[in-house]
Amino acid sequence: MKLRAYRKHFSLKSVVDRTERIKPGDILLFSTFRNEYTRLPYFMKYYRDLGVSHFLMVDNDSNDSGREYLAEQKDVSLWSTTASYKMARFGVDWLNWLQQKYGHGHWTLVVDPDELFVYPFCDTRPIRALTDWLDVSQIPSFGAMLLDMYPKGRIDTVQYTPGQNPIEIASWFDPGNYTIEQNKFYGNLWIQGGPRARVFFPDAPKKAPALNKIPLVKWDRRYAYVNSTHMLLPRGLNRTYDEWGGEKASGVLLHAKFLREFGEKAAEELTRKQHYSASVEYKAYVENLKDNPELWCKWSEKYINWRQLEILGLMSKGNWA
Amino acid sequence: MSVGIVMLVHTAFDRAEQVVRHWSAAGCPLVIHADKLVPGKAYDAFVQSVADVPDVRFSKRHRCEWGTWGLVAATQSAANLMLEEFPDVRHVYLASGSCLPLRPVQELIDYLAERPNTDFIESATTADVPWTVGGLDQERFVLRFPFSWRKQKFLFDKYVSLQRFVRFKRKIPNGIVPHMGSQWWCLTRQTLSAILQDPEREVYDRYFKKVWIPDESYFQTLARQYSRQIESRSLTLSKFDYQGKPHIFYDDHLQLLRRSDCFVARKIWPFADRLYEAFLTDQASAMKRTEPNPGKIDRIFAKAVDRRLRGRPGLFMQSRFPSEDRENGLTCAPYSVFQGFTDLFDNFESWLTKTSGARVHGHLFAPKRVEFSEQQTVMNGALSDSAEIRDYNPRAFLVNLIWNTRGERQCFQFGPRDNQEIQIDMAKDPNAQISVVSGAWAVPLFRSNRDFSDIRQEAALLQQIESKHLEILRSQWTRARIRIWTMSEFIEAPMEALQTIVDEIGQQNLRGLAEVPKMADLTGFGQFLQNLKNQGMHPYLMGDFPVEHNLHEPQQSKRKPYLVR
Repeated sequence: MKLRAYRKHFSLKSVVDRTERIKPGDILLFSTFRNEYTRLPYFMKYYRDLGVSHFLMVDNDSNDSGREYLAEQKDVSLWSTTASYKMARFGVDWLNWLQQKYGHGHWTLVVDPDELFVYPFCDTRPIRALTDWLDVSQIPSFGAMLLDMYPKGRIDTVQYTPGQNPIEIASWFDPGNYTIEQNKFYGNLWIQGGPRARVFFPDAPKKAPALNKIPLVKWDRRYAYVNSTHMLLPRGLNRTYDEWGGEKASGVLLHAKFLREFGEKAAEELTRKQHYSASVEYKAYVENLKDNPELWCKWSEKYINWRQLEILGLMSKGNWA
Repeated sequence: MSVGIVMLVHTAFDRAEQVVRHWSAAGCPLVIHADKLVPGKAYDAFVQSVADVPDVRFSKRHRCEWGTWGLVAATQSAANLMLEEFPDVRHVYLASGSCLPLRPVQELIDYLAERPNTDFIESATTADVPWTVGGLDQERFVLRFPFSWRKQKFLFDKYVSLQRFVRFKRKIPNGIVPHMGSQWWCLTRQTLSAILQDPEREVYDRYFKKVWIPDESYFQTLARQYSRQIESRSLTLSKFDYQGKPHIFYDDHLQLLRRSDCFVARKIWPFADRLYEAFLTDQASAMKRTEPNPGKIDRIFAKAVDRRLRGRPGLFMQSRFPSEDRENGLTCAPYSVFQGFTDLFDNFESWLTKTSGARVHGHLFAPKRVEFSEQQTVMNGALSDSAEIRDYNPRAFLVNLIWNTRGERQCFQFGPRDNQEIQIDMAKDPNAQISVVSGAWAVPLFRSNRDFSDIRQEAALLQQIESKHLEILRSQWTRARIRIWTMSEFIEAPMEALQTIVDEIGQQNLRGLAEVPKMADLTGFGQFLQNLKNQGMHPYLMGDFPVEHNLHEPQQSKRKPYLVR
């Protein structure tokens, strides 16, 4: 894993390196992106407000102005690559290498530009409160399930403007149709369900994408993500759940994937074939969205705040009070 | 100048400085102990920062590691210095750098002045405290603990087991009785000096150096020797979680702390700006405005611990995934399962909906699709009616359905034509109430217009499936509430059976059943069964049906009393 990351890092070119500004104890965010310019302003604002100190970003061959935008930000270090996303195991290799080099001893948050991290008390406590508590409790990793958000009505009706909170448009989610299995080898949970399983994979739920994620880790250079942020090595880091009936603290990644551009993006991703399992996911999306691009249903729930997600049982405060 | 503060500090010096100034402004002298592990530079800067504050002393520094003697040694040195340097001090209050005074300091001073001889120290015998960590309560006083629990866990554990194995027991000196309690106390000069100047102190110190977590027992035990009057409680509000770590207070606890009615709280998150601002600046208004409600803090933290240890029964999620049989209840609420009823009654579902007020589904585990009530294609929680999704994880499907419909009783039909994978989970679930009319699956066959050889084949298959199902329901592992009637038994007195079932659901049927479901016409059913027998297939699950039909007669007459009532 380490070797792979080392090998793959040669394809990374530094655009702006401000890593000397990283101070001990800073919370670092790592992300790869491709043509996400419209989303970046809100993304940056959201995580700055939570208290992320430095952003380490990898641009995978964007042709919009995302790279220029980020290069100007004072708290961003930027790399770029034209290499294959797929060959770098969907960006994991690049980020593993950057985390190994810059993340050691820091709390690191690995999220995509369309993912907004929600944790207990996130409306009143900065992310540092969480990581301090995790430190005191000697918990090295924190799970946050991916929660697919979508608008009411056709997903191509409302235009998203840069800087806007995407949850204002994609404010609905599936509250209670998730299935969980345990991966006996890595010890992580494998969560599926949500609107993607319901609408795109009603006949083949096994193929539905995984929703379990462990985005927040007190990084050590011995650690590595195995498969996106779904699982980690060493395996103990995947034990973000309790097996004796109790609840550990956990969060949610609001996944604002289904905005208007999604249709076009899906088509593009399909031609690029850079995604998991021969992009089977994107095939299903394109087919379904052509005739009925609506994910909303009668039992969809409108997002209010983290407490709502807690009551629904999608995340938990654990013993953090 | 009657209260002196001994403050133990190891981090967040800017906050400590703020609090030092606050105590001092009210006229309290302070002795500060800084952990020896604090780097010299940071220490010097801290000393410098409070240089202008009157009556502040720094005591000899010790290494303070959690659970070790260092904390006691630090307290001893600092307390000694306090007693020597400030002869006017009557009460010594032990606090930490992350403690925050909630009420005006003057109130504390007055409170203590009114109780000049009272020692406030939580102190209980090991037999009486439930909150020990690691299962070591009495043992922490009779074993030796030379290894660090945090850094040398392996050696710590091994050494404990070794001592247990050889039945090692230390002698407790001078017959003192070990007491334990919160490490944050407030002692009178008399008691404190008696402890520190005891001629036997050497002996006690040597003993407590090898006790585990002596800072929770040294003063707590020795105070019992000398105190004239002990109030066994701490003036410092400090809540501990199930691992013995203190709960931390944040900005959003402001209202809670305001109403706590405590003098001092710990521990405060160093970045909780609003708390520091509220309690260190506008003191007078901080506490007074609201009615004290100290119980609320207890409840909130007790709930948090319960959430961590027991969780919410019937919930499977990303951070609660109990392994089998540790679920503490597979589902979160009772539900009813009916087998054979829709075969026997034409309008059973609508009748049950009306009678019980519950939500009544069709066959949720039907092979083609999930038959949600009212033919809905999506159900609470956005559960899909896709049979493939359901069969991908039937258990999760059931658990989700019951979780998503909390507050509304769920009923559904089940039968040998359905996916049987779920049956063991249901049988083991104490929330399931399963009612079976065995053999009723034959009624649709009887009423169908199909070739008899097909019917015979299907009947054989269904009988096999159902008999396996009944075997599971009757097994010793079953924890569901089970009722099984053979079909012939059931039609003898259907209303009694229906009444019990509806009673069990327990909603709006105080006056008995007002209406009855319509039973299928069973004329000729006995002959039908006989035909199956003649073909070599022996239907036995439905009980005995005579070939001649006079089945409906007794049943009709039995139904009447209910109707009249």
